[in-house]
Amino acid sequence: MSTPASLSLDHRCTPWLFAAALATTAPHALHQPVWLTLLAGAIFTYAGWLWARNERLPGRWLLIVLVVLTCAGVMLEFRTLLGRDAGVAMLVLFMALKLLELRSQRDAMVLITLGYFLLLTHYFYSQSIPTGLWLILTMTLVTAALIRLNGGPASKPVATLRYAGLLTMQALPFMLVFYVLFPRISGPLWGLPQDAHKASSGLSEQMSPGSIADLALSSAIAFRVRFDGDIPPRDKLYWRGPVMESFDGRTWRPADSANQPPVIEALSKPITYESTIEANQQRWLLALDAPSPALKEFAIKSTLTVTTPQIINQRARFALSSVTDYRYNVDETEPVLRRNLLLPANLNPRSRELAESWRQASDNPMLTVNKALALFSGEAFTYTLQAPLLGENGIDDFLFQTRRGFCEHYAAAFVVLMRAAGVPARVVGGYQGGERNPVDGFLIIRQSDAHAWAEVWLAGQGWVRVDPTAVVSPSRLEGGIASALADGEPLPALLTVRSEWVRGLRYRWEAINNAWNQQVLGYNPERQRELFSRLGVANPDWKYLTSLLAAVIGVLTLAVAAWTFYHRPRSDPAQRLWRQALKRIARRQVSAAPWETPLALQRRVEIEHPELATAFTTVVEAYLAIRYSATPGDLRQLREAIAKLP
Amino acid sequence: MPGTTKSSLTNRSGPLDHLLAAAGNVILGKDREIRQAVACLLAGGHLLIEDLPGVGKTTLAHALARLLGLDFSRVQFTSDLLPADIIGVSIYEREKGVFRFLPGPVFSQVVLADEINRATPKTQSALLEAMEEQQVTIEGETRRLPNPFFVIATQNPAHQIGTFPLPESQLDRFLMRIELGYPERSAERALLAAGGQRERADQLPAIIQAAEIPAIQAQVSQVHAAAPLIDYVQALIEASRQNTAFQHGLSPRAGLALLSAARAWAWLDGRQMVLPDDVQEVLPAVARHRLRSVQGSAMARAEDITTLIRSVPIP
Repeated sequence: MSTPASLSLDHRCTPWLFAAALATTAPHALHQPVWLTLLAGAIFTYAGWLWARNERLPGRWLLIVLVVLTCAGVMLEFRTLLGRDAGVAMLVLFMALKLLELRSQRDAMVLITLGYFLLLTHYFYSQSIPTGLWLILTMTLVTAALIRLNGGPASKPVATLRYAGLLTMQALPFMLVFYVLFPRISGPLWGLPQDAHKASSGLSEQMSPGSIADLALSSAIAFRVRFDGDIPPRDKLYWRGPVMESFDGRTWRPADSANQPPVIEALSKPITYESTIEANQQRWLLALDAPSPALKEFAIKSTLTVTTPQIINQRARFALSSVTDYRYNVDETEPVLRRNLLLPANLNPRSRELAESWRQASDNPMLTVNKALALFSGEAFTYTLQAPLLGENGIDDFLFQTRRGFCEHYAAAFVVLMRAAGVPARVVGGYQGGERNPVDGFLIIRQSDAHAWAEVWLAGQGWVRVDPTAVVSPSRLEGGIASALADGEPLPALLTVRSEWVRGLRYRWEAINNAWNQQVLGYNPERQRELFSRLGVANPDWKYLTSLLAAVIGVLTLAVAAWTFYHRPRSDPAQRLWRQALKRIARRQVSAAPWETPLALQRRVEIEHPELATAFTTVVEAYLAIRYSATPGDLRQLREAIAKLP
Repeated sequence: MPGTTKSSLTNRSGPLDHLLAAAGNVILGKDREIRQAVACLLAGGHLLIEDLPGVGKTTLAHALARLLGLDFSRVQFTSDLLPADIIGVSIYEREKGVFRFLPGPVFSQVVLADEINRATPKTQSALLEAMEEQQVTIEGETRRLPNPFFVIATQNPAHQIGTFPLPESQLDRFLMRIELGYPERSAERALLAAGGQRERADQLPAIIQAAEIPAIQAQVSQVHAAAPLIDYVQALIEASRQNTAFQHGLSPRAGLALLSAARAWAWLDGRQMVLPDDVQEVLPAVARHRLRSVQGSAMARAEDITTLIRSVPIP
């Protein structure tokens, strides 16, 4: 029998390897620079063309040049070869380049190993259900390529895929056990690359004209809230973010202030709820106004903003409580009140003039507030995402000329008018409203619910919320942004869909995602502890979990082994003795291939291990006589012959 | 009559070793192919030799016919050869007023059909039908062909000009297909030095008599194929149907052919039982011309047969 050059690659594997390479790299196109995707695509196409035409693969020098060029490209783009984005880009390009080097079995193994590694990198970018499903499918595909490469039992593509799928399914119980039992630690197991948590869009700490309108274009979910009781009415759903007190004529910023706790006076019963906030690279928790005085776990700034010590750079869940009827900081300090009367000098003269006239008409701040609100409701102000650009005297331009703006325009103009009229006022950023998902009862707050409103300080009442947007466009508070804006505004399609059916589908999908986030991704150390305490184990430490993990995996493996043993192909006694003989000679480094006949093996032993030859020849003859001859053989003879093997 | 020598399994010495050695003296360096040809004959099958002109196909056929004491005829197939040229014709004898049948070359115990793929399909099928039925029917009269009846067809590689490649269904009639190939260096040197192999073949003595052959064939068919061996043959056939290198797998008839060829191989080794080794040895010659490669070339490649063997564990 002739031996083919065993190292050269079986050409029938190549389509499998291409498929595996493509499936493991393709999703990275969603977030990579376009040139990288085009380059990788071009290399894929070139390699595929070479393969289809059965052309020679490029030589070593061309490959070296390509590697140097791609590394240089990545270096230019990312200024490094390490880290999340640059590292993944390198892996993707190397995967593509490896296709130009598929000569031997070894090259194919490198490609498959790289494929398994690339699977992991997708979790840096997304941990959603579609990603998980895609990666399970891709893992099956890579495994199928591995099976094919090793000339696995099935050779038809469907059968190979089925076999790989079977292997994946067999791995699932082990995966589940690891998932539940592996000791959880807060924070990542090892240092993730610096850029692993990239900035995501969301409310920022500053506000200038257009900044909230930009956010309104995104239907991305900002956070989800599950109330322990009923959801409060919509006009109470003000989720407080940063409070901005300093104004430079264009941009509002929070003031640096000594952080003394606010004095909150609850006028209603506290509402408890759990909020799951998407990564936003900020510290504030977007609590419902106002945080309950009983909330002790988190720091509450004097401006009522609730914060955590750590930046929220991954989805996190917080238990909060709030009171919707409240009074706070009735005895506000003098410096704060003074700070909230400051305006940049020499700007917006017409607005100041108007406010001055109000102040002279009456010294009741409440009347001044009402005059300003009447201005917004009476005059032809339009609530729109497409606000015209404003000049240096932005507030004047807005109030007296353009009169078109989004909530930040109204909040800013109102606060400027109040300050000019001598009423301490400031801008509050956050979210307003939310949408109840009827499927799971969660309230979903999207980026498009971002909002800005104002609060004024009135003697005896403390800081009071005034939302000028409510006057300009009452439906913003009642029905959300989609109902407040005229048709033709550039809102995301997701928000403007009117079809009940599509809406229902979307609710269901978001509920599934939410369940996935809460139950699967949110399985953190606390959840693990909870689960175990429900099972009657209080506070398991990592040693306990590790030994439990080892025990369960051990039992599972034993069960699988027992099942395989029970269903093993039954062999006759001669065959069992023959296997014993094979084990004996295996100790002398003679291993038999499954397809090797006893006689062929005997000839090999004669050449390679002459010292074994005589004894082994006797064994072979006895075995063949029993198994293949017409006369019933003598097992005892075979047993004796095996016993004589050294 | 050479009986079954009670030899050790691992020390092969068979009943026809002297015949094989005598043939080996004429066709130099081709011991394995000679053994295959003899095994094919003993299994009652026909042999197809495919190779370039001048590598000793005819000499092999001659030598075998002489050594086995069989009478021998040779038909050179050409594109204008007619079926009657092979089977024979009836001619009218005026003196006696009757038709007399003049038997064609097919009425020999060994028929060498040289360059069978040069003839038209009609002529080819006349011979192939005779092979299948072991009889020919001429003008309503059925005439039996001699026993033993052994056709050795030679064929040039199909890509040569002016050939009609045998269709698959007819390739199946040949139990084995072998290639001779160029002799190796030392054998070729001896051949050049000695020369005149064809004449030497003609002078070979008959080592066994034609009359003994049916008895030997009966012995061959009695060689024991144990259940595990039949399992192995079945596993190989099933694997050939699963294997993606082939357009389709081996037929049940191919399985029977494999088993009988393996029996003959075992008998030549002086054994009363078939071993997996015998199956592996004859598989390429039995299976290659019955399998079509997906690679486009008509026949399965030798490497694919090796892969097939390696994909099936010995039960």
